[in-house]
Parts: sequence; structure tokens; C-alpha cells
Amino acid sequence: MDSSSSAAARRRFLQGIAGAAGSASLCALGLSLYARQTRALPADALRPPGALDEDRFSAACVRCGLCVRACPYDTLKLSEPGDNVVTGTPYFVARKIPCEMCPDIPCAKACPTGALDKALSDIAAARMGLAVLVDQETCLNYQGLRCDVCYRVCPLIDRAITLELRHNERTGKHAMFIPTVHADQCTGCGKCERSCVLDEAAIKVLPLVQARGALGAHYRLGWKEKEKAGRALGPEVIELPVRRPEAAP
Amino acid sequence: MSSRVARAAAPAVAAESSSPLAAAIEAKGVLGAHRWLIARRWSQAGILALFLAGPWAGLWLVKGNLSSSLTLEVLPLTDPYLLLQSLAAGHVAGSTAALGALIVVAFYLLAGGRAYCAWVCPVNVLTDTAAWLRRKLGLRRGRTPPRALRYWLLGATLAAAFATGTIAWELVNPVSMLYRGILFGLGLAWAILGAVFLFDLLVAPRGWCSHVCPVGAFYALLGRFALVRVSARRSGACDDCADCYRVCPEPHVIVPALKGAASPVIRSGDCTNCGRCIDACSKDVFRFTIRFDQRRDPS
Ligand code: SF4
Ligand code: SF4
Ligand code: SF4
Ligand code: SF4
Repeated sequence: MDSSSSAAARRRFLQGIAGAAGSASLCALGLSLYARQTRALPADALRPPGALDEDRFSAACVRCGLCVRACPYDTLKLSEPGDNVVTGTPYFVARKIPCEMCPDIPCAKACPTGALDKALSDIAAARMGLAVLVDQETCLNYQGLRCDVCYRVCPLIDRAITLELRHNERTGKHAMFIPTVHADQCTGCGKCERSCVLDEAAIKVLPLVQARGALGAHYRLGWKEKEKAGRALGPEVIELPVRRPEAAP
Repeated sequence: MSSRVARAAAPAVAAESSSPLAAAIEAKGVLGAHRWLIARRWSQAGILALFLAGPWAGLWLVKGNLSSSLTLEVLPLTDPYLLLQSLAAGHVAGSTAALGALIVVAFYLLAGGRAYCAWVCPVNVLTDTAAWLRRKLGLRRGRTPPRALRYWLLGATLAAAFATGTIAWELVNPVSMLYRGILFGLGLAWAILGAVFLFDLLVAPRGWCSHVCPVGAFYALLGRFALVRVSARRSGACDDCADCYRVCPEPHVIVPALKGAASPVIRSGDCTNCGRCIDACSKDVFRFTIRFDQRRDPS
């Protein structure tokens, strides 16, 4: 083989490698963009009990479905391509089949990777989501009726959800019993949403990121600071300058 | 439609499209010329049947899928490549998954890395079928990407996992998608699988498994050290019919063992231990053995 044809062969070889490297980098880029896009959980999809937060979950779950097989109520499902949950990962839709809050948490026990935390021993400590009474316009109790179904089905009745008494302005003489969810107790099991009697549930369980607000890190609540310090941190009454429009008396 | 393609293409390739198995069938009979192929299909179907026995018949011998599984409630198995991506994404897997991955690595270090491809992977059935159909239809055209692409892609999937903190490759991986699809619901995964099949059939001969798939590339890396290998021990009997090259999904791996002066063992990790060369050879040149077996029969 003369030197010019071996040079050509070398050039072809190098071109091939460069092409492969180039297409591989493109693939990495494309995959990364696609992965970023699919990161957020849709509002009606909830993760099984003990799931790591969404960012860590998508690094940990290998999409084996062992949690799905362990669930005695067929609550969990592996997402299929076309569902808008990260392909292959487990989730459930509260309105279809909610989590029955098994005391022995078989789904989390079955997880081989730690995507569901085995250390979760008390199902009441699970935070799959948070129930929010999203529509006061249609909730029957808000109309002054006594439906109470979401309240009655809650496995943590009177802890995760309570009925708060309020005056019924419309009739002037009755009470309204307002279903009120308490974030420090609600597990997000979805039983309330599942059993809401309306055509479209007025109470919905949302993934935590969507259901919860967050105080700015710098924010301090005066009364809590006072409790912590055991005394007021500033003068009790602050004299504020009176500002009035020029023309006012 | 396809038969019209076959008829149109047939005259031009009459000589080439004679079956690479004709000589072997004459020498060993139909069964003898398909021994390892049949064994592999039994293995692939059997493993799938074990997984399916649960959801279809309530017989829960094996739960999960190829990504991670639990057999008889005691034996965990986990795809090591998947766990590597999980690690790159920043998660240190639980002990069950880690143990499962170690068992799988140990197994393939014994059985031959890409034995996974030939004996377990469901996509292999698809791509083998595409290759067979190409031969039958006499489709000769097509361009393949360089063989090194899969190793670059292997790196790219790990880089993507690292960059995004998610197991990004699992969003498109046809291998796990097919198994998960059969066991848990296919969704739109058929589109990706159809694309792989058409890619192999119309665009790149043996394109997916021998050039692109990073799963195969991962197992090929294990295969470089694997114990069970194919040896061209009776290379002296070779009559240069080239039937083995025509059936092998990675023909380049055969050359050094068959024609080289050094080891008769096929050492390349690219070899899938499919045994097709053993089947196709009418002179019984090849056999399974271990990598340290350097015997070469005198011709
Ligand atoms: S706690 Fe029970 S019902 Fe809820 S997802 Fe897990 S296994 Fe299913
Ligand atoms: S068992 Fe764990 S790793 Fe497997 S699908 Fe469920 S959460 Fe993911
Ligand atoms: S989701 Fe509803 S039923 Fe479940 S714990 Fe919360 S309030 Fe109760
Ligand atoms: S190369 Fe990939 S798709 Fe092909 S048989 Fe191997 S693992 Fe399966």
C-alpha cells in the first residue's frame, strides 16, 4: 500500500471517529434537553410512599416495577411512553385508585434502589402529595350542605382533615362545615379526592411542589422569634410617622 | 409489496443471496445447522415466559423486569449499566440493587459479556429478523455508522446522566422499553422499536446492535474478560466459504481467530456468543470453549 492511500485510509478512519464522537455528543445534548423537559410531574400524578424528592427520584429509580408488583391494591402503575410522567417510573392517579396506606408499606420495602425509602416505617409519615380543596364554588360543604365525604374517608380523620365551623351568610342562621386539610398530617393518599362526590373532584391531591408555598429564607415571623428569644426583639410599639396628603386636614 | 422488492432485486444478487446455511444444512441437517439459534430463542422466550408467568398466570417466580428483578423472593438481579448511570446521575443505589448488579456482572464475566445480547435481549430477535429479511429480500444497499459509535454513545449516556441528574437514556432505551412494555404496558414504545427495526432493515445493515446500542457496548466491555468464548479450533479445515462471516452479526471478530497465527479464541468483546458461526460452518471449525483453551487442531 503506497503512502498516499494509507494516508487516505487514515483520514477516513479519523473522519469516522470524529463523526461518531460528534453524533454521540449530539445525542448526549438531545437526551439532556429531553430529560430536562420531562422532569416536572403533572398535577394528577403522585409518587408512591417514601419516594425521594422528584430530582433525586429520577436519578435513583431504575423503572423495574417491583413496587408496582408489591402493591396489593393495584394502585401503582409504571408510566408508558406517551403518558406525561417520566417513562417507566411508578406513579398513581388519586382519582382512579388511591393509596390505601398499608401499615407495612410493601411498595417501599420492595424497592431495590432506595428510590423509595425503606427507612419509612410509619405510613402516616409518608408525603405523597397534599390534599387541597381547590374549588370552593362547587364543594357541597361550601354551599352549606353536609356532604363531608372527603372528611369521613380520610384514614387520618380529624388529624389530616377537619371540619371548621363557619357562619352561613346566605341563610343567616346555619353553619357551614368547611373541610380543612392540615399539611403537617396529610399523607397525600388521595382517598379524599377519589371519593369526592362531584363529577370533577373539588378536593385534589397535588404533588408537594405544586401544593406548597415556601417562605423566603430571610423571612422571620415576629411572634415566633419572640417565642424563641423569650422576649420581644424590638420595642413593643413603634411610633410611625403620620403621612397624609398635603391637602387633607 | 415486500415480495415485489424481492423479485426485483433477486437477479442482481442471485449468487450472493444463496443461503449461507445451505452447506451446513447439507452436512449436518436442518436441526444441526440451527442448534444454537434454537437454543438461544428458547432462552430468550423462556426468560420472558418466567417474567410473564406472574402477570398472566399468577405464578410469581420472577418479579420486575430486565432493569431489576427478584427471583423466588430471594435472588436480586439488576442491570449494572443502569446502576452505573444512576451513579453518574448522583444516586448511590441501595444494597439490594448493588448486590443484584454484582451478581449480573459476575455472571456475564463467566458466560461472555454480550451473551446478554444473544441469549437474553428481546431486541436481538427484532434485529436478527431484520438481518434475515435483508438477506431474503436481497437488500444490499445501506450504510452503517462506525462500530466505535456505540462506545461513544455509552460515554454520552453517562455524560447525559451526569449533566441532568436523571437516568436520561432510559427515556429512549428500546431494550428496557420492550421488556417493560410487554410486562407493564407498551404505550408508544412500539414506535421506537419500529424505528430500530426499520433502521436495521432499510438504512444500516446490522446497524442497531453492532454499531449503535450502548447497552451492547457495555456488555462488550465485560466480554473482553469473559470466560466462555468461541474458538476456531479446527481452523485448518476451513475451506474459505465465508458462510460464518455472512451469518455473524460482528464478522470482524472472526478474522484474527480463524486466519491469525496466534490464539484460535475469539477474544473481541463484540462477539455475542450467539454460536451462529458454529451452526453455519459445514466443516465444524468452531466450538464453545473457555478463553484459556489455546488448542488448535492440526489440519
Ligand atoms: S402503601 Fe399500600 S396501597 Fe399505598 S402504594 Fe404502597 S402498597 Fe399500594
Ligand atoms: S421499585 Fe423502586 S426502582 Fe423499581 S420502579 Fe419502584 S421506585 Fe423505581
Ligand atoms: S389525601 Fe385526603 S384522605 Fe388522604 S390523608 Fe390527606 S386529607 Fe386525608
Ligand atoms: S446490542 Fe443492544 S439491542 Fe442489540 S442485542 Fe445487545 S443489548 Fe440488545
